[in-house]
Formats: sequence, structure tokens, C-alpha cells
Amino acid sequence: MAVQINLKELSKKEILLSPGHRLCAGCSAPIIAKMVLLAAADYPVVANSPTGCLEVSTCISEYTAWKVPWIHTAFENAGATLSGVETMYRAWKKKGKIDKDVKFIAIGGDGGTYDIGLQSLSGAMERGHDLLYVCYDNGAYMNTGIQRSSATPLGADTTTSPAGTAIPGKVQKRKDLTRIMAAHNIPYTAQASPSHWSDFFKKVKKALEIKGPKFINVISPCNRGWRSRLDDAIQLSRLAVQTCYWPLYEVVEGVTKVTYKPREKKPIEEFLKVQGRFKHLFTPENEWIIKKFQEDIDQEWERLLKEESRDS
Amino acid sequence: MARVAAVTGNEAVAEALRQINPDVCAAYPITPQTELMQRFSSFVSNGKVDTEIILVESEHSAMSACVGAAAAGGRVATATCGPGLALMWEMLYVASGMRLPIVMAVVNRSLSAPLNIHGDHSDAMGARDSGWIQLWSENVQEAYDNTIQAFRIAEHLDIRLPAMVCMDGFIISHSIARIDYLEDDPVKNFVAEYKPVHPLLDLDNPKSFGPLILTDKYHEYKRAQHEVMTRVKDVVLAVAAEFEKMSGRKYELFETYRLDDAEIGLVILNSAAGTAKDVVDSFRERGVKAGLLKPRLFRPFPYEEYAQALKDLKAVAVLDRADSFGGYGPVFMEVCSALYPLAKRPVAINKIYGLGGRDFLPQHAAEVFTELEAIARTGRVKITKEYIGVRE
Repeated sequence: MAVQINLKELSKKEILLSPGHRLCAGCSAPIIAKMVLLAAADYPVVANSPTGCLEVSTCISEYTAWKVPWIHTAFENAGATLSGVETMYRAWKKKGKIDKDVKFIAIGGDGGTYDIGLQSLSGAMERGHDLLYVCYDNGAYMNTGIQRSSATPLGADTTTSPAGTAIPGKVQKRKDLTRIMAAHNIPYTAQASPSHWSDFFKKVKKALEIKGPKFINVISPCNRGWRSRLDDAIQLSRLAVQTCYWPLYEVVEGVTKVTYKPREKKPIEEFLKVQGRFKHLFTPENEWIIKKFQEDIDQEWERLLKEESRDS
Repeated sequence: MARVAAVTGNEAVAEALRQINPDVCAAYPITPQTELMQRFSSFVSNGKVDTEIILVESEHSAMSACVGAAAAGGRVATATCGPGLALMWEMLYVASGMRLPIVMAVVNRSLSAPLNIHGDHSDAMGARDSGWIQLWSENVQEAYDNTIQAFRIAEHLDIRLPAMVCMDGFIISHSIARIDYLEDDPVKNFVAEYKPVHPLLDLDNPKSFGPLILTDKYHEYKRAQHEVMTRVKDVVLAVAAEFEKMSGRKYELFETYRLDDAEIGLVILNSAAGTAKDVVDSFRERGVKAGLLKPRLFRPFPYEEYAQALKDLKAVAVLDRADSFGGYGPVFMEVCSALYPLAKRPVAINKIYGLGGRDFLPQHAAEVFTELEAIARTGRVKITKEYIGVRE
């Protein structure tokens, strides 16, 4: 299933998330949402967002940035809400009220996906609804002010896991949601990054061609929460990939394929040192956290490569 | 044209849903509602309905899926009870705030802790402020009839609000009683084709559902929700009139039983009203002017009509099968609010009964009537709120 991306053709397409939304300067969530909608531009799309940064900033009072039908109902239920929409579509189709091939896409943050919305997402995947769930993972509850989530990486300083004199930031490592979703044995699971746009586009397009539940996890740098520069979202997401903190891979019908292998795996310090949330790790007493961080990454990368060679 | 049968309450509501044939149902099993959706699922599996069913992983997801499906643009139904309704709580407000005419059967069940699966009204009373229309049903027949009428009320273009149809868990949901079913075609004609308003699936005219609205306009949205609720009772009566033409069965905002010339009366919901009616008869036989009012439409609450119906009583007891700990029972609070504007009003007392499915016996109603006789005679109330049938 080779998917070709033509940049010239893409540039002619309408952007379906309009400017004027109220996301922060330098936020990668709207970049990701626009990329998803652009990659889906061949189809009519119905979108859904759980409560979160993207949701509160794109539809306020009479104003909406969404040029496709879009629904938000609550925080913990994107999977169930979109299940309902998609099921009504099937009811309409059965009765001949609609003949278009509509794609249903949820775009939610890590709080609404990894944590409070996990049950609803898991249910939607298990039931086999024909929908794509895209998580933009910025690694904390950024909308409510940078509280730790189960997507927050080890050692990160957040407002509820502050780096203090007794506890050096978040003491747990992050949940590997992509693997959890792959373990649902759904037809398509992937990890993507806005820095590797071609890879990301291909994954969205590929997912949309497959019937059934699909999940794509996308790294989404947040300069407010990561304490980084306003203009570094793409650079940070690239570093996440190059350090193998955020491996790019897909699991298609149970077969794992790493879609990008850095020629040289950068040390995790490269990713950590440009973020204020990890500043406190660069002290002698917290060095062990960086060491642990690197070990976890190496272990996971090895596991992934092994899984790929097993499947190839 | 009626078809007489002996069925449980769950069976009767499932049969109503079969005849109505909603586009989408989402449901999650919970005692004593489970049997209702089991029966409906068998209609789906055997091709008796076209409904797409979503068997979700929780009641929160059931209501979320219903909201999604209704916003997409079609007829949607579900059923739950007790803790399931409590888990839906957040989404009940979303359904009404989005003006989605979802119909839900609520098989009334108590709330934990302690865990109890039996019938009381704590669940639906806890949801009374959620913006849902509430119809209450004494028996199997009323549960069936109310379900059919609920779709017409909820989907009325002037209303567009979700509606719950309540019946007592186990006492009605699991007891077999006689029912007059309507034939399929009249029911289908009565509920008619669903007319979607601003469906999400209208792809050529994209809409956004569920905006963020802060201090500038939220207040106005909520007032608008109240205003539409004030129009509901006229629609309930109009739908009831049409339903009567089809079925011969009369429904109003509430039912009065021997209340016209009564001096003492009970206000009592659902199945216990049936028991209490027999006791009204026995007091009447003794020459006591006893009567009864059984609420049907509890949300919106028809205050003026209640005041009118109860104004000539000397004493009234409002019986609640739900509590507001540290406050009065929910029905009592509404009835007192209805009576307060009257210059001359009956003395009112509140009895809490039957929590967690404790039987409500004729002797309980008789004791209350005896107390009301004394209050009517002396004008003196010993205690306003009391629990009846408590084992000491």
C-alpha cells in the first residue's frame, strides 16, 4: 500500500482549520490538526475533539475554526462520542440517507486520551468502529496549566510534579499508549511526528484507507509546558525522533515496522537540555534520572527493532 | 386494535422501542434495567428492527454515544438505572444543553452505598436538574405508553429536549402485569419519521457542536433552556390528547384519584400510588374524604396546576421514595413551592418511604391518612419529615 505524497498538490488544498483560533503562538497542536485534515482532504470528514487545548481554542461562542463538521461533548469520551456519530452514519447509510464515504477522526490531547479518556477509547477500538483517533501528545495537562499526566516523561517538572528539594519532578516514566493501542489488535496503530511530515501524511492516508479502528500518536511540543522557545516546536519534535524518545513506527495488522531509523541515535540530553522542564536534571544529584531516561529509551528502541525483525 | 399481553415492565418498554425502531441505541447492562436492553438486543439480532446498537463499556459512554449519534442526526434511545444514571450525570447536561431529543428508560434503582439493586427514586431525582423532561409511570401500561409519547414530546420542534421515562425497578420492571399493546403501524405513525435539525452528518453545511461559552453568553443559554422547558407541559398535553385518540387511554400532567372533594390527600409517585389508591377507597368507604395525586410530568414541574389541584385540601402528605439528606424529599419541596403562593393552603407533611426497594404496604398509606385526619382536625403537625416503615 504505497502512499504517494505530492507537496505541490497538497499546497493547493484548502486548510480545513482556519486561522484566528486562539491556540498559543508556537503550539504544535494546530499544525498537527491541519496536517491530519490535509492528509484526509480526499474524503468528507467529521471531526471530534475531547475537551482540551485544541478544543477550547478552536470553537468559542459563535466562532469556529473548523471547516468540517466537528463535535466536542466532554473530556473523557471522544471514543464514545465519535462511536455514536459513526454509528448514526451507518444507520443513515443502511437507510440510503447518505452515500458518501465519510471519515471520522478524533483529535485529542494526552490527558483526554492516555488518562481520563482511555476507557472510552479502548471501548471504541474494541467495538471496531470505523474511525481514526489521533492523539497530540504534549506530555501534560497543558490546558489546565501543565499538570502531570500519564504521558509526562520521567523527571519532568510540572505544576503537580514540581521539581523540589525532596522530589525531583515526575518520578514515574510515561505510559506507552501506542503499544497499548496496538495490543487491541486493531488494524492500524502508529507513532508520528510533525517534523517528519511526509511520514506523518503517509500514516494518516494509510490509516484512512483501512476500515476499522485506527490510532496514531503524534508528539506535540508545547512551549508553555516544556519551557522551550516559541519557535522550536518542529525542532523539538525532530529531536524527539532523533533521540528515539519518540520512535516513528507503525503496526499494521500486527506487523511492526519502524518507519524512520536515525543514522545516529542522539543522546537524550540533546532533547532534554533545550527544555526548561528538565533543567533540574542537569545537576550531580539528579544525573541518575538522565541515565535512567537513556536506559529506558535504549531498551524500548531495541525492543522495537527486535519486534520489527521478528515481523519482517 | 389492542393486543392484550402479560408482560414485565422491561418487556413492555423493549416492545415500545421495537415498534418505534430508533436509528441508534447505546446501552450498558445494569440491574434491573439489563433485561430491557437484552430484549431489545434480541430484536436487533433477529432483524425485527433496523436499529444500530452500540454495546458500550460504561453508562458514561452510553450517553456519550447517544449524544454523538443524536447530534449526527437521528432518533436515539437508551436505558439505565441507579448507579448507571449517576455515572451518566455529566453527559445528561450535555444532551440537554445541546438540545438533543434522546429518550431514555430509567428503571428506578437506589444508589450506593450500601450497594442495593432495588427500586427507589434516588437516581432520577438526582438528575432532576439536568434539563431532561421526566415522565413517571405507575405500572407496565404507563411505562409503555409514556415511552411512546416521550419520543413525540422530546422531538417536538418547539422542544428538542431529552426525556426520561421512569418506572420502579423490580416492582414494575420485573413484575408481570396485563398490558394493552398498540399495533405496530399506529405507533409508527404516531411517532412519525424523525426530522433531524442541524445534523452533524449534513456534510455540505458543516456545523460545530459543543463550543466553549464563558461569562459573556453562558447565562443566556441556560435561561433559554429554562424557557423551552416552560413550553413542555403544553406539548405533553397535546401529545397526550393525540395518544388518547389512538389508544383510548387518557394522560395528563398528573393523575388525580378521588381528589375533587377530598379534605386529605397523598401525593405519591409511581408504583406505590397504585397501592395507595386502594387505601383511598377504604377510607372513602368509611366516609373519610381522602384523595390522591400521582405526578406524571415531574420535569418541568407544573406548579400552577398542582396548586389548583391541591388547594382545597386541609392536609396533604407528600411521599418521597428518595431523600435529600438534611433536607426534605424532592417531591415535597416541589409541592410546597407550588402551594406557597396560595393565600389559603393545606398543611403539608413529608414521608420518606421504600428506600432501597423496601415494600410500601397498604398499612403505611393508612397510617399516613390517619395522621392527616388528625392534622386536618387540629391543624397541628408533630413532625414535618418522617421515615415510614423503619425497623427500629
